[in-house]
Amino acid sequence: MAKLSMRERYSLLTRDLDWTPTYVDPKVVYPYTRYEGIKIHDWDAWEDPFRLTVDSYCKYQAEKDKKLYAVIESFAQGQGHLHLTDARYVNALKIFLQGVTPLEYAAHRHFEYLARHLDGPGPRFAALCQSIDELRHTQTEIHTISQYNKYYSGLHDWSKMFDRVWYLSVPKSFFEDAITAGPFEFLTSISFSFEYLLTNLLFVPFMSGASFNGDLATMTFGFSAQSDESRHMTLGLGALKFLLEQDEGNVPIIQDWLDKWFWRGYRLLSLVAAMMDYMLPKRFMSWKDAFELYFEEQMLGGLFPDLEYYGIRPPRHLEQAIAEKDYMSHQAYWLLYNFSHAASFNTTIPTPDELDWLSASYPDTFDRHYRPLWDRAKQLADSGHRFFNLGLPMLCQTCQIPMTFTEPGNLDRIAVRGSDFRGEHFNFCSDGCKWIFDREPEKYVQAWLPVHQIYQGNCGGATIPEVLAWYGIQPGADNGEYLTSPDKASWDEWKASAQSGGA
Amino acid sequence: MSTAGKVRPVGVDLQDSEDTHALVEAIEADNPAAEVVHMPGLIRVTVVGELVIRRDSVTERMGRDWETHEFQLNIVSYFGTIAEWDDDKIIIKWEH
Repeated sequence: MAKLSMRERYSLLTRDLDWTPTYVDPKVVYPYTRYEGIKIHDWDAWEDPFRLTVDSYCKYQAEKDKKLYAVIESFAQGQGHLHLTDARYVNALKIFLQGVTPLEYAAHRHFEYLARHLDGPGPRFAALCQSIDELRHTQTEIHTISQYNKYYSGLHDWSKMFDRVWYLSVPKSFFEDAITAGPFEFLTSISFSFEYLLTNLLFVPFMSGASFNGDLATMTFGFSAQSDESRHMTLGLGALKFLLEQDEGNVPIIQDWLDKWFWRGYRLLSLVAAMMDYMLPKRFMSWKDAFELYFEEQMLGGLFPDLEYYGIRPPRHLEQAIAEKDYMSHQAYWLLYNFSHAASFNTTIPTPDELDWLSASYPDTFDRHYRPLWDRAKQLADSGHRFFNLGLPMLCQTCQIPMTFTEPGNLDRIAVRGSDFRGEHFNFCSDGCKWIFDREPEKYVQAWLPVHQIYQGNCGGATIPEVLAWYGIQPGADNGEYLTSPDKASWDEWKASAQSGGA
Repeated sequence: MSTAGKVRPVGVDLQDSEDTHALVEAIEADNPAAEVVHMPGLIRVTVVGELVIRRDSVTERMGRDWETHEFQLNIVSYFGTIAEWDDDKIIIKWEH
C-alpha cells in the first residue's frame, strides 16, 4: 500500500474515526459547550495545521525525550550545578520551577477535560496531545528540580508551597481562574492569551537567560517544552480564529475575554520581569527590550492587524502595560527584595555593574526613581541592618500581587483602586484588575488571599516563624539575603576547592 | 492607525543545534530576504511577508532525508500563522 500523505492520515484520524451519536442527544454527550454563549455551526471547520497523527506524535515526542534525558544525565554526571555563572542565578530558577511546574500539571488535567468535552474530533485530538505534552513538561521540570534540590535550598517542597505561599498564589490563582471558566474562555485564556500572545515573554528570554548563565538543564527542558509550545500556540491561534469565524455573535464575547486575559497574564509576568532584570548574573536583554520585541513588534505589529479583520481590537488597558515597561521590573523586584524573608528564594542588592546596566537599559526611570532605593538599601545592609518589610502587605483582590505598582504618570505614588460588593470593600492594584473584578465580582470575592488567610488564623499562626513553618520554608536557608545564605557559602566552597584542585 | 493588509514580518525562533544550522541555511536559500539573529541558545529567523521551509532544500543541506514533521524538534516559537504544513513545505505568514 502506498504511504498516505500527511493530509490524508490526519483526515482519516480526525474525521473517519469519529461518529455522530444517534441514540443519545449530542447535547448530552457534550454538555459544556453551550452555556458560555459561544455558537459553533460547523466543528469540522477546525483544522490543525500540524496535521498531527498518533504515530508522528509518538515518534517525535520520544525523540525529544531521548535528547532531554541525555542532557539531564550528563548534567548530573558532569557536575552541571557547578557550571553556572553564579549560584545567585538559581534563585530565578527557583521562582520559575516553584511557580510553573504545578501550572503544567493543572494544564495537563484541563486539556484532558477538553479532549473529552469538545464536540469536534479535530480539537479533541489536539487537546489530547497537549494534555500529554503538559504531563511531560511536569515530569521534566520535576527531574530538573531533583537535580538542583541536591545542591541548593528552597526547592524541597514546591508542591505544598504552591498551595500556601503568598507569591505562588499569583500563578495559582491565575490558572484556577482559567480552569474554573467554561471551555471556550479557557481556550481564549490559556491557549490563546497565555500560549500565543504572551508565551514568548515568559519562556524565550528565560530560556535564553538559562543558556547564557550556564544552566544547560533548564535550557534543555525549556526548549524541549517550547518545541511542544509551538503546537500549543497553533492550537490557541487556531481556536481563536475558529471561534471568531463561526458566528459574528462570538466576537464581542471573545473581545471581552481577550481584554481580561491580556491583563491577567501581563500582571503575572511582572515576576518574569523582575527575574530578567535583577536575578540573572549575566543578562542579555532587558524586560523592556523583550516587551518591545515580543509584544509590541510581533503581537501589536503583526497579530492584531490580522485580528482586526474579524473586528477584534488590541486589548483594554494596553496603554498602561506599555507605559509600565519602563518601570515594572524595578517595582516588582523591590517587592521581592523587601519580602524575601517570607519566600523560598534569596535576593540581594544588584552589584555596581548591574546598577549601571539598569541605568543604561532604563535611562528615563532608573537613576531618578530606583537607584536611590538601592543606595539606601546598601547603606542599611553595610551597617548590618539588611532591610526586610516585616509587615503584611495589602493584596490586589484580582492578581493577588501586593500593592506595589504606581499611578499612571506618577512613579512616586502607589496605585490603589476599590470596589464595593455585597457590603464589603475590595482593593486592586490597577484599573485593569478592578475592571476584571467588576465584570465577575461573584467569582473574585472567593479569592484565597494569603494575607487575609494569615489574619484569619489559617496559616499556622500569627507570627512570621509560625507562618514560615506552615509554608515549609526553613528560616536562614531557603529565605532572605543571598550573600549570607547557605547557597552562597556552598558555592564559594565548591569554587575554592575546584581552584585548589580538590574534589 | 491600521496596518492590516500591509506586508508585515513573520519569524521563527529555533534551538541552536547542528541540525538547525542546516535548516537555517535552507531557509536563507529559499527566502533571500531572511534576517538571521543569534541569541543565547537560539537562532531567530525573520522574513517580511512569508517564510517558506522546503523539504528538498533541507534534505540537501542535512545530507539525509528530512521530513517536515521533524521541524517540531527545532522550533522554539514563531510569530505569524502556519498557513501550510504538508509533506513538502511549511509556510508561515499573516492571513489578513
